[in-house]
Amino acid sequence: MTEVRIPAPAVIKGPDAATKNERAREVFVPRGARRRTTLGTLRERLRWPLGVYTTPVVILIAWEALARAGVLTKTYAPAPTSIVNSAVDLWQQGVLGPDLAISLQRAGLGLALGLTVGIVAGVLGGLLRSGEYLFNGVVQVLNTIPLLAVLPLMIVWFGIDELTKVLLISFGAGVPMYLNLFAAIRGVDQRLIEMTRTTGAGTWRLVTRVLVPGSLPGFLVGLRFSLAYSVLGLVAAETVNADQGLGFLITQGQTYLQTNQVFVGLVIYSLLGLLADQFVRALERVLLRWRPSYEAS
Amino acid sequence: MSSAVATDLRRSTGVVVERVVRRFGDRTVLDQLDLTIADGELVILLGPSGCGKSTLLRLLAGLDRPDGGRVEVPAKRAIVFQADRLLPWQRVLRNVTLGLHGPDAEQRARDVLAEVGLSGRERAWPKELSGGEAQRVSLARALVSEPGLVLLDEPFAALDAITRLRMHDLVRALRTRHQAAMLLVTHDIDEAIALADRVLVMSDGRIGGSHEVHLSAADREASVAREELRARLLEDLGLAGRH
Ligand SMILES: Nc1ncnc2c1ncn2[C@@H]1O[C@H](COP(=O)(O)OP(=O)(O)OP(=O)(O)O)[C@@H](O)[C@H]1O
Ligand SMILES: [Mg+2]
Repeated sequence: MTEVRIPAPAVIKGPDAATKNERAREVFVPRGARRRTTLGTLRERLRWPLGVYTTPVVILIAWEALARAGVLTKTYAPAPTSIVNSAVDLWQQGVLGPDLAISLQRAGLGLALGLTVGIVAGVLGGLLRSGEYLFNGVVQVLNTIPLLAVLPLMIVWFGIDELTKVLLISFGAGVPMYLNLFAAIRGVDQRLIEMTRTTGAGTWRLVTRVLVPGSLPGFLVGLRFSLAYSVLGLVAAETVNADQGLGFLITQGQTYLQTNQVFVGLVIYSLLGLLADQFVRALERVLLRWRPSYEAS
Repeated sequence: MSSAVATDLRRSTGVVVERVVRRFGDRTVLDQLDLTIADGELVILLGPSGCGKSTLLRLLAGLDRPDGGRVEVPAKRAIVFQADRLLPWQRVLRNVTLGLHGPDAEQRARDVLAEVGLSGRERAWPKELSGGEAQRVSLARALVSEPGLVLLDEPFAALDAITRLRMHDLVRALRTRHQAAMLLVTHDIDEAIALADRVLVMSDGRIGGSHEVHLSAADREASVAREELRARLLEDLGLAGRH
């Protein structure tokens, strides 16, 4: 075999590159103590002035500019400011208020029903073997049926009244809550359960100090899904048939080519979603302080 | 008064294990094992990895049932696991009071926490504790119920040498105060010599060797008798001629 020679690039590249390659080093100093030029600070500020909301705001501004320049036609996508104006108008005409109220009422009722059933069944299924046999199969089957596909059946069964809407929302909220809560309770570390038994703690202690707090992270994941799916259920129920509510507002806007009105509805839906998300986040901050991932230690 | 009654109760019960068998599938891990521990005695269990030390401890704790033979232990037992097994979602104090009832539960927990040198940390979350502190909390949790038998499965294996020496002092101090029988599993021969009233060596699913240790604290650190004991333990473990 021919001799393979490894070239010595370090020598060729010069002393600077050589030291860099041979002994790369890292220096760690306190975050605040890093020497910062005013220019650097300014650049950092300029880069992400609003954190995660920077991108949405940039899109909004671009949208506004394009709309004003006449690139986007009014029926296609009206300017954000004009959407806000429409919202104010609709509110003053006394349309938006009642519509929003009725939608929130539906969502609230549906959520209350769905979460109650989901939590009760999830706790029973998670804690008791008989509960698991009773509920798991049914919920697994229900989980495979798409939410929107249930709507026609519900209309056949319950008509196009409020009941259908509330039930659809509670269906959307209850199923993910059950599944996540069940998995969370069953997923509590077996070694901790075993340890608890050895301390002489009874079943009540086991449930209140180990299983319930231990399943809280999974419960909150379930809550997140439930809230999201309940909004989905709300939209579906209101869009198909309603004479009041946000969905009705949107359908009406569509019929009369009032793109503004459609957007007002969409914006409110998205605000509801954001609010729900912030709500769960606040809960997490309070309830999951013990988690190592919160506030690095 | 009440403590005198409790001590009497403990005196009348020790650990008695008779011809205990434990199998996993067709593997017999514990094979007709006999063991007695007197009250207030600190017994150290040595043995190669996989010989069945944890299996025996789980039987004594009542976590598993034997496949044969008989196990008799005090009703009040506590176990300190290799990992601390603290509930991450409960503060230190609530971790210690886990199995306690009654109005004085919190005060007792505070007292025991002070004993293990953790007063003032009652409201800390487990994630805020160092490894040694967490292990001390689980020691406190074990002691707080005034058990007649404390089982410790390699409780200090994950700790550094200095912390481990501190924990040895702690165990010695707690022993004189609590007078519980203790069975401590370890891989560390020096730890065994430092703490034991009696050292047992497990082999082939039984107690292979038993060595009473009657040494003063100073002699446990350095003496001819200590080195002799060490040599005999190494021999029992099949490691003679090394070290
Ligand atoms: N649940 C189980 N199922 C099957 N085999 C097991 C089980 N638990 C323990 N064993 C086997 O029994 C033997 C003894 O295990 P044990 O945990 O008691 O060992 P050990 O002496 O504590 O070892 P180490 O010092 O490494 O902790 C091992 O060979 C292990 O594979
Ligand atoms: Mg073990």
